[in-house]
Amino acid sequence: MIERDEDQPLLVAEGLSKWYGKQLGCREVSFALYPGEVIAVVGESGSGKTTLLQLLSAQLAPSRGRVRYCMRDGATRDLASLGEAERRFLFRTDWGYVHQDPALGLRMAVSAGANVGERLMAIGWRHYGRIRETAGDWLARVEIDSGRIDDAPYTYSGGMRQRLQIARNLVTRPRLVFMDEPTGGLDVSVQARLLDLLRGLVAELALAAVIVTHDLAVARLLSHRIIVMKDGEIVETGLTDQVLDDPHQPYTQLLVSSVLPP
Amino acid sequence: MSTVLELTAVAKTFTMYLQGGVRLPVVRGVAFAVRAGECAVLAGRSGAGKSSILKMIFGTYRCDAGSIRVHADGRTVDVAQAQPRQILLLRARALGYVSQFLRAVPRVPTVDVVAEPLVIAGVERDHARRRAADLLRRLNIPERLWPLPPATFSGGEQQRVNIARGFISDLPLLLLDEPTASLDAGNRAVVVDLVAAKKRCGTAVVAIVHDDDVRAAIADTVVDVNRFTAAA
Repeated sequence: MIERDEDQPLLVAEGLSKWYGKQLGCREVSFALYPGEVIAVVGESGSGKTTLLQLLSAQLAPSRGRVRYCMRDGATRDLASLGEAERRFLFRTDWGYVHQDPALGLRMAVSAGANVGERLMAIGWRHYGRIRETAGDWLARVEIDSGRIDDAPYTYSGGMRQRLQIARNLVTRPRLVFMDEPTGGLDVSVQARLLDLLRGLVAELALAAVIVTHDLAVARLLSHRIIVMKDGEIVETGLTDQVLDDPHQPYTQLLVSSVLPP
Repeated sequence: MSTVLELTAVAKTFTMYLQGGVRLPVVRGVAFAVRAGECAVLAGRSGAGKSSILKMIFGTYRCDAGSIRVHADGRTVDVAQAQPRQILLLRARALGYVSQFLRAVPRVPTVDVVAEPLVIAGVERDHARRRAADLLRRLNIPERLWPLPPATFSGGEQQRVNIARGFISDLPLLLLDEPTASLDAGNRAVVVDLVAAKKRCGTAVVAIVHDDDVRAAIADTVVDVNRFTAAA
């Protein structure tokens, strides 16, 4: 939750543009994300949401513009100026990245405990007992039965895999998590459980997050603010309830009115 | 007492792009003020724009003109001009809203639904739960329902859960959208008492109520919204 209005942004996107050759990925995207704030990026497939997420998380280099990030020491750095080692360090500690397909974010053939413990070892944890204990705690927090800690995620259901991926991301206490359609491809009942879990964790850990989703219900439940994208550009932004209950742009009105009420 | 809320020349029109850009004027020239410890009831026929005014004060609807100044917590925020972050901060510190219907989150127990605003504001969870329990008891929600998510409750029960959630925080300004619509006489009386208690603590209240008895019991001023209705 937002604590102060004086604090400085965690991440600032300035005029971010990306072309793949002549194909536009996204154009002139600017916004600021504050500590503890959750922003949902919504729009249909091909609107540039995933490109934006990859630019923000330094997995893609922008064609124009830049991303500034406030490091743990308080210094604000241009992501493009970071060395490979610094960028990797951010990924291992201060950031999480939750993929729609958990297989991309997990090592499917090693145990669940090792999947979570690996992140801790990457930041220098060496004590086996403590790593296993912390991994066990996190599996419990994402509601995975402790009896499954030694099983590999390929034996898990889709919902369990996604919860495991979240545990693996959060175990290092990141300040910022990127999520790409975190509930995509899951059954509705499994989605509800995951959403509720995410909602609790985000609030409890005061996480900042950028969540890409085409599901407006997910955006309503998890986000403080919404960015609506179409054809690579931001068409509307605002408070989540403002954008969903009083959409001003034709495209946003179309999106909001296209949802079938349950 | 000091003024907490001040609306000046507020106007709202919806533009429906999917219906060929038809414009639906809702209200114009909305002006009224509410002081601390006072309850203003918005009155007017159905469709006059009462709920829209409430939603503009909360920041859910954007307004096209005018100002909505909230003086609270040692500062003044004009909701009509404020950035999203300022509105979130205002809601956390100063602005409560009881909507007509509970928007239930799957799987969250009733007691936590009610306690959540306090937990978000930084109150310790056990303490927040005790406050939630007090309110649920006052509003006659049986204790066996507290651990259950409210999604399957009756309309009246859900509304009382919603009221408990809205009343749990002590905020300078409270907005109530038909809080007693589906309640029986006993529970209506409880809500009247809760509103009176808020007023005694200095909370400014803006309410929409259709029940004449409830209105008579809580209103210090009645704002006739019909005179703000915009002609199509």
